[in-house]
Amino acid sequence: MSFVMQNLYVFVLATFLGFEVIRRVSPLLHTPLMSLTNAISAISLVGSLVILGEQKDTLSTVLGALAVTASTINVVSGFLITDRMLRMFKKREPKRDG
Amino acid sequence: MGENAMHGSALPLFTQVAYLVAAGLFILSLKWLSAPTTARRGVIAGEVGMVLAIVGTLLLPQIKAFHWIILTMLIGSAIGIPIALLMPMTAVPQRTALSHSFGGLAVGAVGTAKYYLWLSQEPERLSYFTMGVLSFEVLLGFLTFTGSLMAFGKLQELIPTRPIVYKGQNVINLGLLAVAIGAGVWLTLDPSKSALFPLLIALSLLFGVLLIIPIGGADMPTVISLLNSYAGLSAAAMGFVLDNKLLIIAGALDGSSGFILSIIMCRAMNRSFTNVLFGAFGQVSAKALEAGEKRSVRSAMPEEAAQILETAQSVVIVPGYGMAVAQAQHKVRELYDALTRRGVDVKFAIHPVAGRMPGHMNVLLAEADIPYDRLYEMEDINSELAQTDVALIIGANDVTNPAARHDKSSPIYGMPIIDVDRARTVMVIKRSLGAGFAGIDNELYFMDKTLMLFGDAKAYVSEMVKELTSGGH
Repeated sequence: MSFVMQNLYVFVLATFLGFEVIRRVSPLLHTPLMSLTNAISAISLVGSLVILGEQKDTLSTVLGALAVTASTINVVSGFLITDRMLRMFKKREPKRDG
Repeated sequence: MGENAMHGSALPLFTQVAYLVAAGLFILSLKWLSAPTTARRGVIAGEVGMVLAIVGTLLLPQIKAFHWIILTMLIGSAIGIPIALLMPMTAVPQRTALSHSFGGLAVGAVGTAKYYLWLSQEPERLSYFTMGVLSFEVLLGFLTFTGSLMAFGKLQELIPTRPIVYKGQNVINLGLLAVAIGAGVWLTLDPSKSALFPLLIALSLLFGVLLIIPIGGADMPTVISLLNSYAGLSAAAMGFVLDNKLLIIAGALDGSSGFILSIIMCRAMNRSFTNVLFGAFGQVSAKALEAGEKRSVRSAMPEEAAQILETAQSVVIVPGYGMAVAQAQHKVRELYDALTRRGVDVKFAIHPVAGRMPGHMNVLLAEADIPYDRLYEMEDINSELAQTDVALIIGANDVTNPAARHDKSSPIYGMPIIDVDRARTVMVIKRSLGAGFAGIDNELYFMDKTLMLFGDAKAYVSEMVKELTSGGH
């Protein structure tokens, strides 16, 4: 049972860390924040890969295939669209003319 | 050995190190996102972390079906890449809802697969704790799946954006949730009651649908944030089930991010979670509107509006969802350029819930090449509005309604607003005098200093730009 406690510690600490880090994100970037955290939480891909890769029976393989496809979509589109958005944020060019 | 292979402690050293480094990179990734100057570095850190985690997983000895893995990852990429590169920025809320949906689906599917595998092969793995968390994971995963699909449908306007309500709705929803939780608890106590598992899935899927249909379009920023939080929490639950700390950390980060955003959104509307979820905002008040008598407004043609803007020293533009709908952001940028060239000081005031997701307006304006240091948050701009010559509202409504400050009977009373009514002149680009998403009249339109600019936002703004660029030089 000790691994349960360890995991709970990890969860609680990561949640607090998340609050502290994310509180500092400027509202300017809240949309990219959401798409980036989306991409990161698509880490469920890791669990999906194991289910699919083990290929234990038909049901688990089908569900695993579904899960890998769905999480891959999130990983790929999440990171790419976040970067696409962030590239758009530019400071004013120094072209002041009266 | 086989049954320990899933436990974190029994992972090969390389995989463990890869997961650890990935966890660190994910945290750095979010930290770097805090400022626009370092944000892109954050994306790279996240990507490297993800690649490490995937490679570490693929090197696990129990992974055999590489053909399936390659095939499904190719399919996923073939869908994901075009979504990311081609989707217009106005549709980002839809994509976000869809990705929460996929995330929920993946988590639910893995939970289901794990349950049946363990039930048939290693029933001793289904301890109270594991089975409890697994039930939670499946419940949350599948309700996020259908709930986010509904949110997607509303954002894409495949289904009505107005709240859909019926008698006894909250009782039915909560009753359904209670039955689903009951099934989960029963399964936890006796995992061999496998007939309950499909019931749990079905109830979760149904609850997700019913949870979202009474929620109106204007509440979408909160709902998307909340579903974001659910998606993260369900991924963390999956981490507990699989005893994988990387999943727990990434899920917790996503969960807390969604939670913080939901709180910010709720505060920006002066509403509680309960009110957002069960309040069916914008439904009741729509009736009250019909009773209101006709009042007169002042309207202006684009030439007239352009002249007023041109003679102003300071202009604050307040964009809202209507700007996104009309795809007017690029024309707004031309207006910004034309005015700036004439020495007018132009700023943008962004309400936290403007648009359909947190930060939506900022992305649209950034896409149109408007420098981000011209975008001001509500609290920062409100003190300046009294010294502003013209406040130009494009497609925003409820977030500018002064009734929020003084009319206790208004459904939006207490909501922080952008104080455009304090500016010397107010101009509102709007298609017609229709009500906002909260379904209520905006008294701003009937003020003496307000000029209504009736028309499509994009067409109207481009008329003004034409006037400004041809009139002088």
